[in-house]
Amino acid sequence: MIYKVISKSEFKKFTDAVVHDNTSFGPRQVDFDNRGKSIYQFLPVTSFYEIAFDYTTTASSAKHFFLPFREELSRFVFRDQDWDQQITYEANPIVLIGLRPCDISALNILDDVLLNGNFPSPYYLAKRKNTFVIGMDHLPLPDCFCKSMNHHTIATGFNVFCSDIGHDYYLSINSSKAFNFLKEFDTRDPLDDDNCRLVERRKLISNSFLSEVDVTSLPSILDIEFESPVWEKWGNKCLNCGTCAMVCPTCYCYSVNESFETDLKSATRQKRLYSCNLVDFAEVAGGHNFRPKNGDRLKYRYYHQHRGFAENANKQICVGCNRCGRACLAGINPKDVINDLRMEKESCLINVSSSPDKT
Amino acid sequence: MPDKRFVIPRQDINRENFTSSIPDFNRRSDIMKTDMGYKCIITNIVSLNEQEKLFQLRIIDSGERDTFRFKPGQFLMLELPGYGDVPISISSSNSNHEFIELCIRKAGHVTSALFTFGEGAYVAIRGPFGSSFPMDEMTGYNVLLIAGGLGFAPLRAPLFWINEHRDRFLDVHVLYGVKTPSQLLFSYQFEEWEKINHITLHTIVEKAEAGWQGKHGMITDLFNDISIDPENTYAVVCGPPVMFKVVCSYLDRLGIPMNRMFVSLERRMHCGMGKCCRCMVGSTFTCVDGPVFDYWSVINLKEAI
Repeated sequence: MIYKVISKSEFKKFTDAVVHDNTSFGPRQVDFDNRGKSIYQFLPVTSFYEIAFDYTTTASSAKHFFLPFREELSRFVFRDQDWDQQITYEANPIVLIGLRPCDISALNILDDVLLNGNFPSPYYLAKRKNTFVIGMDHLPLPDCFCKSMNHHTIATGFNVFCSDIGHDYYLSINSSKAFNFLKEFDTRDPLDDDNCRLVERRKLISNSFLSEVDVTSLPSILDIEFESPVWEKWGNKCLNCGTCAMVCPTCYCYSVNESFETDLKSATRQKRLYSCNLVDFAEVAGGHNFRPKNGDRLKYRYYHQHRGFAENANKQICVGCNRCGRACLAGINPKDVINDLRMEKESCLINVSSSPDKT
Repeated sequence: MPDKRFVIPRQDINRENFTSSIPDFNRRSDIMKTDMGYKCIITNIVSLNEQEKLFQLRIIDSGERDTFRFKPGQFLMLELPGYGDVPISISSSNSNHEFIELCIRKAGHVTSALFTFGEGAYVAIRGPFGSSFPMDEMTGYNVLLIAGGLGFAPLRAPLFWINEHRDRFLDVHVLYGVKTPSQLLFSYQFEEWEKINHITLHTIVEKAEAGWQGKHGMITDLFNDISIDPENTYAVVCGPPVMFKVVCSYLDRLGIPMNRMFVSLERRMHCGMGKCCRCMVGSTFTCVDGPVFDYWSVINLKEAI
């Protein structure tokens, strides 16, 4: 990692140059919500002025550049009875500007999931390798709990990361590509003063978190509370719409569907993002559903996010961005569910009768 | 001449080192081509009963045929281009390198399409995937194979293995329960197994039909017929979800150690490679870590059975 400081006016030139020459995506305001707050999304940008650098967070996450809602996995071209299977692992270079630390953390987690193990995903790899990530730090929203998940700072997974230190950006440069680009601009090595300002900025961010979720020993609590009535309670609220998984920066479950083209000369295999809250997620042919109740599916989602991956990779999948909580139509958010589960646990402890008095 | 200084060069993962060579599904490094199926021709179809058929497949390409090796208990993804792919356990002997046999029930839309195919039609397979029964570990022990209904299909591969290495095992019992006598699979092989291979076969049906000479009841009733030496027995269980709980807890009470009791689980699958998460049980994937689990894993994973 190489650290540089760039003035904000020079950073504008850098952004303009990169955006101009590449297909770029950055946060842009698309609408207002019912409380009059801006809604942002990652959309194509062509100049510095189109990018809302002061955005809070986007409604959808950046995962869709890597895991699109629909993705063609392979194509079959039929010849009589026979066919040719065509697979391409290709992606065009894109630039993502203004990703928040939790968004970048989410990409790192997806890397762990999709590129490790016996079957690394070439579709994902092609896209990930062809992405240039410019990260930006931000002051948390009132409902963000990234700090609890330890994803409010970031050390890897980006090309260049910008911390706002007043008139300048403090740059962490993590790739030769980014370093070469920045050579063309007026940057300087950080001075003591800059370092102090960075530390101040980090302190400010760290102290601005209003929401906190206690995740210590959560994996074991999830195990112990497997039969807890909390799941039924929240499950009864759940509408099984699957929105939470769609906006989640790390949810990657999918289904594979095949369909014939209308000329019947070819067929495509398509991957579609799926949600574990949808009713038929675990239904097998013949009609048996391994998770028939709302609560079962909701529980599975928390189990997967906070427990499943923790056992395999010693890491929780959730990054604490609370997109699912904001998007949920039924008002379910992870903070409340986890706290509820913990309370359930603690009330159990209170109910344990004290040891009998000595006689 | 436009300025190209800030253009990000494109990286082509197809050109990087981990390419070429024939895919080996059970090893890392072959990142490419795991989505490419082996093309097969259907060489024979045996109708076992109204719902189930036995499909015999042959991989067309001889190079691919030589690389396709599996272990008893593993499964493959059967692909019908345009319809979809389904996980099917392999029910032929793994020493038979020429043909693969799959026992398939007409249940979903892919299998319904498959049932319209005739001999000579082309399908594709990906795999083999998943874990297998530890046949070498079982050497020198009694073996108890317990199947319910279509659960007999995945047990046919280890049964073939036992038949081919019969001298390595002590007593081999097969307990097999079905709903009605007509649902008994592979009944044409029963005599061969009993007489030639000295495997004791016990069958039972839930609802007897006219002409049924055998037993009538639940599969657990068959345990009264045999004496099990829990110290020296390996048990393998496969059947519908309701059967596991009853049979496994019974075997557990008998005293068969947890690490000598194996189950083969069924889940919905879409990829077979531990990516789509549809088959997740607790924190493990049925496709990568399973489908064969020992009983400890099963009770450790909360929603397994």
